[in-house]
Amino acid sequence: MNNDLWYALPLVVVASLVYAATRHERIGPILRHAVRIAVWILGFMGIIFVVLWGVVWLVDH
Amino acid sequence: MPESPEPPAVGPQAHLKDPLVASVLAWLVPGLGHLYQGRYPKAALLFVSILGTFLYGLFLGSDQQAGWGRVVYFSFRQNDVRLYYLCQIGVGLPALPALVQADLVHRGKRPFCHALMAPPKLHAGDPPQPDPKNPDDPGQQTCGDVVRSLARFFELGSLYTAIAGLLNVLAIYDACCGPVLPEPAKDKDNGDETKPDGPKRKEEPAETPA
Repeated sequence: MNNDLWYALPLVVVASLVYAATRHERIGPILRHAVRIAVWILGFMGIIFVVLWGVVWLVDH
Repeated sequence: MPESPEPPAVGPQAHLKDPLVASVLAWLVPGLGHLYQGRYPKAALLFVSILGTFLYGLFLGSDQQAGWGRVVYFSFRQNDVRLYYLCQIGVGLPALPALVQADLVHRGKRPFCHALMAPPKLHAGDPPQPDPKNPDDPGQQTCGDVVRSLARFFELGSLYTAIAGLLNVLAIYDACCGPVLPEPAKDKDNGDETKPDGPKRKEEPAETPA
């Protein structure tokens, strides 16, 4: 199995941190906001993954 | 009731100082603009996040055969237009050796430092000529050689370094204009708005009626 998808994880973390850092000044709110953004991005990726997996399953069967 | 004195210009209430200087510093080295403004925790966070991403991308785009950091290079030649570099240059100084290497190769000289950020040759016979003392010189690699040698890490390294550059654009904006502040939270007891945690901007003088 190709594990290239794991390379997205550090990018999601870093993008969340930097984006949150442009919204707040203190570290506490930055980290809380970053977690929310990271969960949102990963959730969105998960939904797309499930949809694509479903399409592949339908095509195969 | 008398107004409270201005808070000291440190920590979350730090002044943005000169936004132009801060922006240039933030572009040169991620986090340096914030360091100049005295926003130390954010400077450390941006420095580690952005520079770490860029360096990891460089690491992915390096190997003994292809050379070092071959995913960051400046090239707008026919058949090799490197648009990624427009994003990578956002990270500032760490991406600038690519310009020096491109100039060296353009003048037919050999790139330095194991071809760090040097543009690959378009054809095997192009200058610079191979060094007889160093037959494994990565500066002699063509675009195809580099892509074959790095395989999927060529794209991954390009992506990491480009995203690092784009994220630094956000950091530059933050150094220039301060954080995009969220809506101030309402105090539950008396409905007063509490102050957000942003830095102190220079206040505009209030307009006086004519």
